Amino acid sequence: MSQGRVPAALVALAGIGLLFFFLPLAGLIVRAPWDQAVASISSAETVTALELSLFCSAAATAIALVLGIPLALVLSRTSGMVRAVLRALTTLPMVLPPVVGGVALLLAFGRTGLVGSLLYRAFGVQIPFTTAAAVMAETFVAMPFLVIAVEAGLRSLDPRYEEAARALGARGWMVFARVTLPLLRPAILSGAVLCWARALGEFGATITFAGNFPGRTQTVPIAVYVALETHPDSAILLSLVLLAVSVAILAGLRDRWLGAI
Amino acid sequence: MTRRLVVLLAVGLMAACGGSSAGATSSTPQTSLTVFAAASLQPAFDKIGARLMTTGNVKTTFIYAGTQVLTSHLTQGAQADVFASADTAHMTTVETAGLLSGPSQIFVRNRLEITVAKGNPKGIHTLADLARTGLVVVLADPSVPAGKYAQQALTKAHVTVKPASFELQVTGVLSKVALGEADAGIVYVSDVVTSGRVDGVTIPEDQNVLADYPIATLKSASNAAGAKAFIDFVLSPDGQAILKAAGFQGV
Repeated sequence: MSQGRVPAALVALAGIGLLFFFLPLAGLIVRAPWDQAVASISSAETVTALELSLFCSAAATAIALVLGIPLALVLSRTSGMVRAVLRALTTLPMVLPPVVGGVALLLAFGRTGLVGSLLYRAFGVQIPFTTAAAVMAETFVAMPFLVIAVEAGLRSLDPRYEEAARALGARGWMVFARVTLPLLRPAILSGAVLCWARALGEFGATITFAGNFPGRTQTVPIAVYVALETHPDSAILLSLVLLAVSVAILAGLRDRWLGAI
Repeated sequence: MTRRLVVLLAVGLMAACGGSSAGATSSTPQTSLTVFAAASLQPAFDKIGARLMTTGNVKTTFIYAGTQVLTSHLTQGAQADVFASADTAHMTTVETAGLLSGPSQIFVRNRLEITVAKGNPKGIHTLADLARTGLVVVLADPSVPAGKYAQQALTKAHVTVKPASFELQVTGVLSKVALGEADAGIVYVSDVVTSGRVDGVTIPEDQNVLADYPIATLKSASNAAGAKAFIDFVLSPDGQAILKAAGFQGV
């Protein structure tokens, strides 16, 4: 397949698809006020937003790894109705409008929410408007990407490796740590990268659940939105910074890990 | 799984389209109108839209958002018939961009109020109370008209608050208080009147800010006559009565 000639019509369609991705990026690059780039990017607000975004997206990815891999494992070992329901639940945030996700988070973890009200009454802790809320919003929206990738990896796994390990006397936890996890590495990495990228770009759930405060909950996408109205130039530059960070990390990971999906 | 989802979406879409076209039967031919309006105008404008539907068979589509969002959409080429702004600064931006077909006019005024939970459990009575520690206060972002006005009021009262969040539109402030996530916020009087889920605390005259709302027909209007009729109605005694009932001050 990789050696065959691609029909011209498909090449043309691929070209249109590529242009569709490339032109908006070109728009950003062409319209960017490069003369102010250094001053704008090194400004305190930009650095604060960028640091917060990197922290929140990394934290969200870490939580997604800890909770998402076991979830994928459980999903891959279920079938029928149970699996259909579990799968719908875990992938729901992918199709839910992020703002709705944010409202749902408020109703669950807000000061008057299902769980949040208990926290507030017992410890006086309020989650909304904190960095923790921003991390939770990003995790909620991004974790499904990891779960889906890892579950796909698990399903394509040859069960004979695990059976062999068990036949040799390895217990459940040992099989998972020594056999399953290493075999899953490509799927976990590609899932983690997708999850991180989605978390980095998160806007709707974050603004709804965590609000907007510089240094606390104002991630780069929110900073871009706020700046778009008042300082469109710095909004463009900020978008480019986000783009550059994403491209650098995605390119750094390259095909061998992303190819698993 | 995916295919089933697509089918479901398609069916839903068809149902939605069928529903909207079914209602379009009346004696006078229906005309349509698109109005870009500041988020705070929603309760009053929805009523005005319903009135114009029954009296003039005009189907008005309202796009509500923070005035700053509407302004940037208009300057980026969004098409609409009428623009109703929550401040004169953004209307001036749109006018300077050459997007108005005529001069704008102030059609209503609004004042600020402190919004608190029903029954005011935290005992907030003045702007100075908002500076109390342990109080969760949300404001609109200074790029939003309501946020700019709130800053002006706080400056007049010599109060510095540490807000938990700068919301991107005034309705965000209202919903955070209504949901119980914030103890207080600064919004328009009209927001409190029409919300029904919060209480208002009056800000005295000398600390308050009078917000002028201008309205204008846009050059891109595809229904200029309808736009004029809409603005005429908003300025008429009937229109002003609807706005006053929603907590605005007439002109």
